[in-house]
Amino acid sequence: MRRPFGRCILDSGFGAPHDAPMPHDHPDHPHSLLPSDPALRVKALETILVRKGLVDPAAMDEILDTYERKVGPHLGAKVVARAWSDPAFRDRLLADATAAIAELGISGRQGEHVVAVENTPDTHNMVVCTLCSCYPWPLLGIPPAWYKSDAYRARAVREPRKVLAEFGVSLPDGQKVRVWDSTAEVRYLVVPMRPEGSEGLDEAALSDLVSRDSMIGTGLAGASK
Amino acid sequence: MTPPSRFDEPWQAQLFALTVAMSEAGHFTWARWAEAFGATLKAMGTDRLLDGGADYYAAWLTTLEGLLDRSGHAPVDEAAATKAAWERAYLATPHGQPVQLPG
Repeated sequence: MRRPFGRCILDSGFGAPHDAPMPHDHPDHPHSLLPSDPALRVKALETILVRKGLVDPAAMDEILDTYERKVGPHLGAKVVARAWSDPAFRDRLLADATAAIAELGISGRQGEHVVAVENTPDTHNMVVCTLCSCYPWPLLGIPPAWYKSDAYRARAVREPRKVLAEFGVSLPDGQKVRVWDSTAEVRYLVVPMRPEGSEGLDEAALSDLVSRDSMIGTGLAGASK
Repeated sequence: MTPPSRFDEPWQAQLFALTVAMSEAGHFTWARWAEAFGATLKAMGTDRLLDGGADYYAAWLTTLEGLLDRSGHAPVDEAAATKAAWERAYLATPHGQPVQLPG
């Protein structure tokens, strides 16, 4: 359900829509609390675009619902667990990840291609977006703040091993690190190595071993999430 | 129960949805968006390191305002006037009442 424009943008997240005003007294604030400058600027843009019929408020609600509630690293973990369990799926994933994840009902909204890169004893893969913050949204949801920070974006390419060490990941000397720079068109998913001792686990149990960071390459599967 | 928001503030979520909705409605490609956003981040990041939190969405907002101004979808003057109208509406509405733009 679409909330009216007039709702107080300060009062909550996007949880429970409420049309009724919150009853409480603020003798010092006879008028409604003024939202922050950026909140008002966003509201202004939204007002203009909706008035002109350029965006549909229902489409915005659907997008929020998707990214706040439905999409997240659990989807990427499902893909990785399937790849670990099903060699044919793994081959399809590495050959054409966009098509392979579609088999599981996962697809990008912006026509972006997903490319899966598999960690091996020889090569550890790690993903960054040096331009802005391109990220495999359909598989991992909204990126964490560190992924969007200048520090990570600059250093992941320049000194990946040092960055990995800060994430608590130390790799054997012989294992190369390969850094993939995402773009608006191509988003990378790291398929981490299957942890030792995980033989015999089913896909659901396996997916519990796959952390978000392990699919960005700043963590290893089986480590604490 | 509602899971915690993936955004720090509601306006960030609204901004995200607005941008994705505009792109999905065909008003700009995501590649064009990423290019413009990358340029803003680069310009902002020359003075100081961006932390990927609030300053990231500040850069996002500046980028969207610039894109919509250049495309004519939401010229800066119109955006400023609409923002001012919302400010007046908030200040004129008793607390607890729904805030609405006149007309």
